[in-house]
Amino acid sequence: MMYCLKCQDWISQPVTWSTLFLPNEQTQLCDSCQSQLKRIAGTICERCGRQMPNETMCEDCNKWQSNKKYRDTLLFNRSLFQYTPFMQEVITQWKYRGDYQLKDIFSPYIKKEIRNFYPTKSFTIVPIPLTNERLHDRAFNQAIAIAEIIAHHHKNPVIHALSRNVSHSEKQSKKSRQQRITTKNPFFLTKSLETDVLLVDDIYTTGMTIHHAAKLLQEAGCAHIYSFTLVR
Amino acid sequence: MNFSKFLAGKLLLTSELPLTKPTIDYLFRTNQSKQLPSITTKYGRHQCNRCGNRNQQLFADIPCARCDHPHLYCRNCIQTGRVLQCDILIVWNGSKPAWPLQTQPCHWTGTLTPPQQKAADAIEQTIEYKQKELLIWAVCGSGKTEMLFPAITKAITESKRICIATPRADVVRELFPRLKQAFPDTEIEALYADSPDRTDKGQLIISTTHQLIRYQEAFDVMIIDEIDAFPFHHDKTLAYLTTRACKKDATSIYLTATPRPEHKQKISHKKLPVQFVPIRFHGQPLPIPQLKIEINLRKKLQKGTESKALQQFLTTRPESRQLLIFVPKIPLLKKVAERYQAIAVHAEDPDRKEKVEQFRQKKIDILVTTTILERGVTFPSVDVVILDAGHHVFDEAALVQIAGRAGRSPDDPGGNVLFIHQGKTNAMEDAIAQIKMMNKKGKKL
Repeated sequence: MMYCLKCQDWISQPVTWSTLFLPNEQTQLCDSCQSQLKRIAGTICERCGRQMPNETMCEDCNKWQSNKKYRDTLLFNRSLFQYTPFMQEVITQWKYRGDYQLKDIFSPYIKKEIRNFYPTKSFTIVPIPLTNERLHDRAFNQAIAIAEIIAHHHKNPVIHALSRNVSHSEKQSKKSRQQRITTKNPFFLTKSLETDVLLVDDIYTTGMTIHHAAKLLQEAGCAHIYSFTLVR
Repeated sequence: MNFSKFLAGKLLLTSELPLTKPTIDYLFRTNQSKQLPSITTKYGRHQCNRCGNRNQQLFADIPCARCDHPHLYCRNCIQTGRVLQCDILIVWNGSKPAWPLQTQPCHWTGTLTPPQQKAADAIEQTIEYKQKELLIWAVCGSGKTEMLFPAITKAITESKRICIATPRADVVRELFPRLKQAFPDTEIEALYADSPDRTDKGQLIISTTHQLIRYQEAFDVMIIDEIDAFPFHHDKTLAYLTTRACKKDATSIYLTATPRPEHKQKISHKKLPVQFVPIRFHGQPLPIPQLKIEINLRKKLQKGTESKALQQFLTTRPESRQLLIFVPKIPLLKKVAERYQAIAVHAEDPDRKEKVEQFRQKKIDILVTTTILERGVTFPSVDVVILDAGHHVFDEAALVQIAGRAGRSPDDPGGNVLFIHQGKTNAMEDAIAQIKMMNKKGKKL
């Protein structure tokens, strides 16, 4: 018996010899929820990984590249899903309402795709941290949840190398693009790292958070910095 | 500060309590508040003490960053705040709240029709003698809210706490201003998700059943509107919540136009007292549905071709009325709407409210819809057609409710109700029998 993680509907699975002996563990969503989950497919922006009509760099990335401070800090970002209203609902329920279990929705997708995204095989996985206050509110960090799924399938260590200052605790999702770009870097290093790094977060919107973190790691001596987010 | 009005009868998570830590500690120390565990386990089975959930599928593990241990949380009531196993629930243990004494709380000046008055008296007596429950079986459009006024007046003069619970937020929004006008000196609050009228100290509370999750042994009188409506009779949690929100010696009043079989059975076994209001406030009988068979109706609807029965009906009906067409499934809406130049509306329609409002203002002539408009909406002068009335979504209750949309206004108490089907079902026969029974009872008055 399987129930949809999102809408609690019963998932009907046809019983055949193969599903009887090898239960298909991938189905966490019912068909109607599954169909609303929009994957990023086809041509993408080579840097931020967003879906594009043709293979060029998107406007946001052009801005990042023309910014001297942040040019080539982050090599590229890859994401799995488009930010559709349905996705927004899922993220709200997961992150803000705190339904931790919804991470299992993403797990099979991450397992399938993560190996094809990055050129190197060994890197350190660094999740984007929350402030202590927010961590207490949510009781879990969504980026760590994703990082652990990746680590589980990729056999690379998760290292909590970053920490976040309390003074800049306003939620990113409540700020405009201009406000986000002018904010100070809220992160600081807690461990020294000099390996290749995969930064992990849930959403890439303007890329400010990821670029802040990447800048810090680059200055600390990490050579290649990639990032992974669920949603772009 | 007087906490008892804010906290009495509540069951809150620490995050829902707008007090500082020292204040909360003070309340515990002086034994004015008690704490309960949020999730308990008995014989290996977990139960959420907030929503009563015992479905083990709906408990999940979370590596909690607050207490640094992995533990359970409840997924059933997560929409109204997350219950972590390491959290506690806070209940009031102090003095009872003193509601202001009022001798004349009701400022409503209207009068009740004799059948309404009879029901109102019955409710009043049930509350006075502290009987356990009473079901008011009142036909669609009989004026249920007004019937409650004498009973609410009675309860307020005895400084009792009253709750009007309904499964739907629309109804709360509609009732709130009416009650506020009728009882201007009483502390009234309206509870639904994101309600602006939440004061947390209401003596009279109008609430969606979901919001009762924050109450325990709070109310002397519990009035449940539309007890047969969808989420209530479907979801065990809601029944649990309403029972828990009542005090031990509370009186429950159920209002419905179409009781479910379990209530009907209790009535016929004389285990549930019942009061009928078999006639509408304008005193005219309910329109009786006409049945019309059409061969291959489902195929025709699928293909989007013409239904002869409907065509015939359209040519003979009076032009002055608007028309409501019900279809069983959303995919059929568009096809039917296109054919008759009508507007379609369904549950997930973003413009749902606007479209219904336009229809009410007679800007739209024909509205095609699913069962979402089966209850709670009043259009003064409409004809009603159901296409494929034999579909399983149209059960007896739904058919009676849909038929009850016609003839609501005293100016036009008639109205045609037509069920087009491809084979008569029990639901249709039972619905017509129920309407006829009510009309017969109404005649006797």
